[in-house]
Amino acid sequence: MSPHNKSIPPALLAALLTMMIPVVCFANFKQGDNLPDLASFHLEGKLPEKLEGQVILLDFWASWCGPCKSSFPAMEELSKKYVDQGLTIVAVSVDKNQENMQRFLKSAKVSFTVVRDAQQKLVAAADIHAMPTSFLIDRSGKIRFIHTGFNGDETTRQYLKEIEQLLGEPKP
Amino acid sequence: MMATQPGHTTIRMIRPAWLLAALILFLPLASGCATVKPWQREILADPIMQPGRNPIAAAQLDHIYFSREAASGGTTVGGGGCGCN
Repeated sequence: MSPHNKSIPPALLAALLTMMIPVVCFANFKQGDNLPDLASFHLEGKLPEKLEGQVILLDFWASWCGPCKSSFPAMEELSKKYVDQGLTIVAVSVDKNQENMQRFLKSAKVSFTVVRDAQQKLVAAADIHAMPTSFLIDRSGKIRFIHTGFNGDETTRQYLKEIEQLLGEPKP
Repeated sequence: MMATQPGHTTIRMIRPAWLLAALILFLPLASGCATVKPWQREILADPIMQPGRNPIAAAQLDHIYFSREAASGGTTVGGGGCGCN
């Protein structure tokens, strides 16, 4: 190579491009993606029998996460309000310790489905960036809205707006 | 680049560009850093992991840092362990 040649050597370029590959390869749930089959992730607990054709609120939470726990009363309200219209809430706990999860659930007393991702395979596939993160899935199984964190009334208002929109859409 | 040693043995030298490329590729592997994903912060979120046990004093210190340096957080897991800050 000439000492006056200022272009990037091909080897260096190849190395830099190779370093970028892992960033691109990680799978995560994005808007517009189809929700994968939850049963294939070997979650602890019973999933609702009928998820097809439902509007699903898939929420990742943990008993050690303050904002996650704050979101439970709001989710319970949403579940009670919209369950008859076709909303199904699935709260996926990422707790390593099952006892901690059960202790919280005992005090929270929720009517929606709670399962535990003991092997943390589903949450790793979703590759969420914060706790809690929730995904709103339309009746055709497509991820339509993603919520990162829980900001009290502001998030609840967004949930209401988006859930009503999804419930109002025609069934596939 | 080629080099000849006494005894007519020819050895192939590594080009500096390839050496630099190999260093760039493998140096990150030598670091001790690990990214903790938000769902793996159970232990970090435990109150015992907080360096200060007095929440009022900690809040005052945070306020001082924020006023002086426009910096906040970084002392423990943000937002009660949610990782959303």
